[in-house]
Amino acid sequence: MRTSTRLSVSVAAVAMAGILWAGPVNAGQTMDSVKSKGFVQCGVNTGLPGFSNADEKGHWRGIDVDVCRAVAAAVLGDATKVKFTPLTAKERFTALQSGEIDMLSRNTTWTVTRDAALGVHFAGVTYYDGQGFLVNKKLGVKSAKELDGASICVQTGTTTELNMGDYFRANKMQYTPVVFEKGDEAVAAYDSGRCDVFTSDQSQLYAQRIKLKSPKNHLVLPEVISKEPLGPVVRQGDDEWFNIVKWSLFAMVNAEEMGVNSQNVANIRKTTQDPAMKRLLGLEGDKGKDLKVSNDWVFNIVSQVGNYAESFERNVGGGSPLNIARGLNALWKDGGLQYAPPVR
Amino acid sequence: MFQILVVGAVVAFGVYIVNNTLDNLASRGIASGFDFLSSEAGFGIIQSLIEYSEASSYGRAFWVGLLNTLLVSAIGIILATILGFIIGVARLSSNWLVAKMAAAYIETFRNIPLLLQLFFWYFAVLRALPSPRQSLVIGDSVFLNIRGFYTPRPVPEDGFWLIPAAIVAGVVAVLLLTRWAHRRQDETGQPFHVVYVSAGILIGLPVLAAAASGFPLSWDIPELRGFNFTGGMVLIPELMALLLALSIYTASFIAEIVRAGILAVSHGQTEAAYSLGLRPGPTLRLVVIPQAMRVIIPPLTSQFLNLTKNSSLAAAIAYPDLVSVFAGTVLNQTGQAIEVIAITMAVYLTVSLLISLFMNWYNKRMALVER
Ligand SMILES: N[C@@H](CCC(=O)N[C@@H](CS)C(=O)NCC(=O)O)C(=O)O
Repeated sequence: MRTSTRLSVSVAAVAMAGILWAGPVNAGQTMDSVKSKGFVQCGVNTGLPGFSNADEKGHWRGIDVDVCRAVAAAVLGDATKVKFTPLTAKERFTALQSGEIDMLSRNTTWTVTRDAALGVHFAGVTYYDGQGFLVNKKLGVKSAKELDGASICVQTGTTTELNMGDYFRANKMQYTPVVFEKGDEAVAAYDSGRCDVFTSDQSQLYAQRIKLKSPKNHLVLPEVISKEPLGPVVRQGDDEWFNIVKWSLFAMVNAEEMGVNSQNVANIRKTTQDPAMKRLLGLEGDKGKDLKVSNDWVFNIVSQVGNYAESFERNVGGGSPLNIARGLNALWKDGGLQYAPPVR
Repeated sequence: MFQILVVGAVVAFGVYIVNNTLDNLASRGIASGFDFLSSEAGFGIIQSLIEYSEASSYGRAFWVGLLNTLLVSAIGIILATILGFIIGVARLSSNWLVAKMAAAYIETFRNIPLLLQLFFWYFAVLRALPSPRQSLVIGDSVFLNIRGFYTPRPVPEDGFWLIPAAIVAGVVAVLLLTRWAHRRQDETGQPFHVVYVSAGILIGLPVLAAAASGFPLSWDIPELRGFNFTGGMVLIPELMALLLALSIYTASFIAEIVRAGILAVSHGQTEAAYSLGLRPGPTLRLVVIPQAMRVIIPPLTSQFLNLTKNSSLAAAIAYPDLVSVFAGTVLNQTGQAIEVIAITMAVYLTVSLLISLFMNWYNKRMALVER
């Protein structure tokens, strides 16, 4: 599956035509359109194990995919009511700006340029990441500082491409960038020896390593050269939609913090006397209604998708081939950075 | 009157679209305008004909991409034309085997989609090359590996200017000589073998100049240092694959055009030339080809245009052409899709128009001069 350039240029052109013609965005527009069409159109990665990847049956899985499903569960009461649009790094923002997708959940780094100049808003952080390097063990390289003169495969239109430029400039080292439109192409190029190094967000290095001919011959170098907070993105100007995407993610984190998961949520809902828990699960107050969804929105998310820990474990953590430790993505009270404002 | 109305309506429509777009962009919080062209690009580019680094501007990245597009198009056009003419003539050869091989070439490469051929050269052929440490070595200073084709780079030294000067002088001399030879033949009927003498001048003068200035040229030999070869010149596999695919594919169309052009010149012309006592060489050169060219040039122009536009497939294999660098990376890093796509389209339009203009001019020159 390859996007020819002319195809992507024409996609960009069509998307532009959309912007040329469309009227201004109104708050509430996206929510109304999602409710009336009955599904959330979610932009995801074309194939990144652990984040968004379609299995043999065409069923999408991954932590980014779960965020899409959580939004569908909150808004429509049904986590399966999602249609996925696989996007390359290059296509993603145009797809969102033009209204082709309702939200973007595609390992996308929150940066000031994207927030301020692209007409989009980041609705939170699904995964705290940082950029790293993957090398073949037989090169004998132990540190990124030894990469002077290396050829590096990378995907175009990413923060990765820019961080790499910064890092090598700052360390006065030379490098040859070999830039591909798709992640798979960059990985394949690295695997065939076109490059000495493959660089991307560290989590993705682990994910992509699984695809190599012999994964155990490759080593992720210890240096993390950037901050890559990855999160869901929505169009600017539609605060109602922004809120529900933001709070769907917060709901998953709050559920973990309060010990509710897909297994026990039904039971807890029946028995709980804890006022905070009652608010979370919509037994008390009108939090859902204020967000323009039903009051049992968190219950729907947790029972159908799970809390943050469950999603993390089955997609990228111990329950997955990636086997990534929680690290920065542990809850704040366990020494990590995941912290959600309260449902109050 | 009606025409004025139409023009007015079109202009008003254009103004409306532009205004509407700017309003929309502003209300959506999307940056607009061309200021981004002067901000720092921050990304590296693998091949650049001009000075470029991460600290250069997006505007400069645009030029790098454009020059890379022009480079691959120009070399592609030259290779495709040479190959196309050879195959086209071979197709008409009286030698059965040669004619059949040419026919097989045309049928094969004309009917396989270009993108597939590109992938074939890039992924199947060039990706199978050995790693830098196991490079194929030619002589002891030319290397071929998966990272590219490395050759020594000529480094001019003091007094080098004499050589280009000699080349220019040679070209001028040949032009004068040709005019003189024509005049002499018109006046006296005596032919003069311009070709041999010209070749002598064109090669001889620079060699003489080189000898006189003590061969002011040294070579920078590529050598394996660390991960890769450094020094010398490198032809990256992305460019090689693109050149192979574009020229082999386009040559198959050009071959057919050449064949049609030659067949369009009636055989009577050749016979007439023979009966006037012209030998086969001059017959082909003076009678058949000039007439065939009139048929060949217009479709040849559209092949050149096709090749140039097809070079944008570069982005599929990581060659940094205009589409890949500018409509790809720059668009994505700045998010200014409208401006970037507009500039890119304008550039392709301009390049295509320039090629057409040049070919039209050439066509006029070659057209039948009525006496
Ligand atoms: N987080 C970075 C990089 C995201 C990214 O696109 N990473 C690549 C690295 S492998 C990827 O996911 N590629 C998979 C694909 O497009 O198939 C960003 O937002 O720019």
